[in-house]
Amino acid sequence: MARLYEYQSKRLLKEAGICVPEGDVAFTPEEVREIAFRMGKPVVLKMQVWLTGRAKLGGVKFAKNAQEAENAAREMFGMKVKNYVIDKILVEEKLKIKSECFAGLVIDDSRKSPLLIFSSIGGTGIEEIARDYPDQIFQIPIDIIKGLRDYEARNIIRKVGLSGKLLTQLSDFLTKLYKVARKYDARSVEVNPLVITKDDLVYAADCHLTIDDYAVFRHPELDIEIAREFDRPPTQLEKIAYHVEEKDHRGTFYFFQMAGEIPEEEKFIGFHGAGGGGSMMSMDAVLDKGFKLANYCDTSGNPSASKVYRAAKIILSQPNIKGYFASGSGVASQEQFHSARGMVKAFHEENLEIPAVIRLGGNYEEKAIKILGTYLKGIPAKVEGYGRDDSPEFCAKRLEELTGENQAIQHKVKPIVNPNPLQDRYFFKTLTGKLFFDHKKCPECKTKGCIKACSAKILKLEKEIPVLAVSPEEAKKGKCTECLACEIYCTFHEKDAISIHLPIPGLKEYRDRIIAES
Amino acid sequence: MSILVNEKSKVVVQGITGREGMVRTQLMKDYGTNVVAGVTPGKGGGKVHGVPVYDTVEEAWDKAGPVDVSVIFVPAALVKNAALEAIDAGVKLLVLVPDRVPIFDVLEISRCAKENGVRFVGPNTLGLVSPGKAVLGMIGGRAESAKEWFCPGDIGVSSRSGGMTSAISYYLTKAGLGQSTIIHVGGDAVVGLSHPEVMELFEKDKGTQMAVMFGEIGTTQEERVADLIEKKKFTKPLIAFIGGKAAKSGTRFSHAGAIVEGSRGSYKSKVKRLKEVGVHVVDSISDIPRIAKNLKGN
Repeated sequence: MARLYEYQSKRLLKEAGICVPEGDVAFTPEEVREIAFRMGKPVVLKMQVWLTGRAKLGGVKFAKNAQEAENAAREMFGMKVKNYVIDKILVEEKLKIKSECFAGLVIDDSRKSPLLIFSSIGGTGIEEIARDYPDQIFQIPIDIIKGLRDYEARNIIRKVGLSGKLLTQLSDFLTKLYKVARKYDARSVEVNPLVITKDDLVYAADCHLTIDDYAVFRHPELDIEIAREFDRPPTQLEKIAYHVEEKDHRGTFYFFQMAGEIPEEEKFIGFHGAGGGGSMMSMDAVLDKGFKLANYCDTSGNPSASKVYRAAKIILSQPNIKGYFASGSGVASQEQFHSARGMVKAFHEENLEIPAVIRLGGNYEEKAIKILGTYLKGIPAKVEGYGRDDSPEFCAKRLEELTGENQAIQHKVKPIVNPNPLQDRYFFKTLTGKLFFDHKKCPECKTKGCIKACSAKILKLEKEIPVLAVSPEEAKKGKCTECLACEIYCTFHEKDAISIHLPIPGLKEYRDRIIAES
Repeated sequence: MSILVNEKSKVVVQGITGREGMVRTQLMKDYGTNVVAGVTPGKGGGKVHGVPVYDTVEEAWDKAGPVDVSVIFVPAALVKNAALEAIDAGVKLLVLVPDRVPIFDVLEISRCAKENGVRFVGPNTLGLVSPGKAVLGMIGGRAESAKEWFCPGDIGVSSRSGGMTSAISYYLTKAGLGQSTIIHVGGDAVVGLSHPEVMELFEKDKGTQMAVMFGEIGTTQEERVADLIEKKKFTKPLIAFIGGKAAKSGTRFSHAGAIVEGSRGSYKSKVKRLKEVGVHVVDSISDIPRIAKNLKGN
């Protein structure tokens, strides 16, 4: 879920005609001062982080004037609060609060509709209030086609026991709140407290919208960098991984780190799952053996070999891991040889030394296991491939045995070497990379096996030299499926004339930094 | 008995000329599914693995229909339109394979489906199988695998995890226990046929004697299955596994979410509730075939 900060959420409410306290977001103490000065009244400073209960954490301060505001801001900026560091502060007028209500929206999976929630009792401790006074909480299922009509909102507020100007203001607020949620594909919204001021006006004193990850693509105006929910700011490596996913929707690639710096003495491994259910089971199996996970990763939904390659390169950007464990449900419907080829390419480039146990069970598992066995003979690492009849527990045991054989081996992160400019070679662009042929070597090739190896059948021989059989535009758009079969065939069976470059933006710099720091 | 599809059901594949569409049409055909047409706007007149391609679902219905099922393989952002088109043309069962379909799109599809007496599975589903009769979607990957992993019998399988749908069915097959219908209900929070709705179908199906359910944390699907059992609306033996035990709580969206769900949605609440009503909750997938055999013995 892509969460918006309070100040961003309030902007959307304000745009829709809902009253929010006067104020603005600041990124420096000087900006805080300017805003407070401009407002010319007592202000409240609120840290902008994805946490609730901010006041208790020291994230809310009051100031009578611009100078006090700046002083308070200097204390707040840079302060560490749980997993976050304060780098944004919302400076707002103080409201004269008479009472606090609660309004929220969620998607109800059992009714299959949005559900608006309203209570005339709001503020902190709302969950306990809901538990102790359930009849004070009103749930309003919303018809996705009709939306929330004004009269429906009025009837709810009337049933809450309110009347007069308050009735019309609150019902107006609810209808507008739903419109904002619908417009921005918010899968949850919370306004707590919804304040009734001493002047009987209705203000959204705090607000949080969470945008549906899968709808972020249609809201570029929201400037959401990463459409994933983290309980801490994403790491540099996670950002790099997310951007692999951004333009390439062939299968999923989900990656997050589970450790900071990995100590050399501990049994950390790189984890590469496939499919949520199976990955969790596989995680349990290795955790049971006393391993610790450096990361969680999931490549499933029939990803391209190139995506699995990138996932492996990212996992292998973590120093000091002692092993590599790849396992999903064991009975995957996707063609498993793509994942196998992706790993072959990555493990070769890394000249992998740590042991790897790869459970690629399912559709075409025999071919996948054969690919691993055939093409990983030349690297230092011991790599074992398993299938659907081998349990995750058995595979975890194998990894335990392999890492036990030589406990001194740890993964050393190597720099990404950008290839020499290959401008004189024949090449074509693929969806996410470039494929080069060293045609000077091709006349000596006996089998011309790349033509047959190409699963998309897009190569042909022209005067005994392999070239594209489709247009470069078609290849780039996806006719070349980045299956890596031609490169692997040529490298291991013929003249090593094919080279596929699959860049991972940011990874070179990331690895250089890791290497420099160690 | 197959609850949703059999070898005679006429199936249309929307997005047939795409990457998945082509490969899985081959899977479905080779398995024995009656794929009568495909639809890709602009590619009408062509053929994919011998299946005629049309420009619209309405045209496919006119020329090759009436159509019972549509399996949809189009990009996520286009799934809503494809689904509404199929519903409008008169199709009564949809299988939405793509992942990443926006949640409000799913809510609209659900509304339209309800108004038209249409059922849908997914989104984000591998699909479903009536072993020996038909495959809808991509489950099994290719016909040879599907024929090996799934075998006709009387155990209904319903799962929220794709890979585990096949895994559970495969392990049952290996133990000599066949399946009546296998459904991946999908990984998203809002889906067409959810666990409780599948259980209702299994209840009515004379060919299903017991069911196996793979559940997960989040949503209220498993608790609602327990409610059904309590109300005697599902009376057959049920074996369940709930995934996500070790997952961190804190994947709560908000106070609002907590208010609506209460304590439902957690691993503990699901396991407790299911055990309360007599469901056999297992700690390991490998226990399922053994317990199923015991239950059959009775």
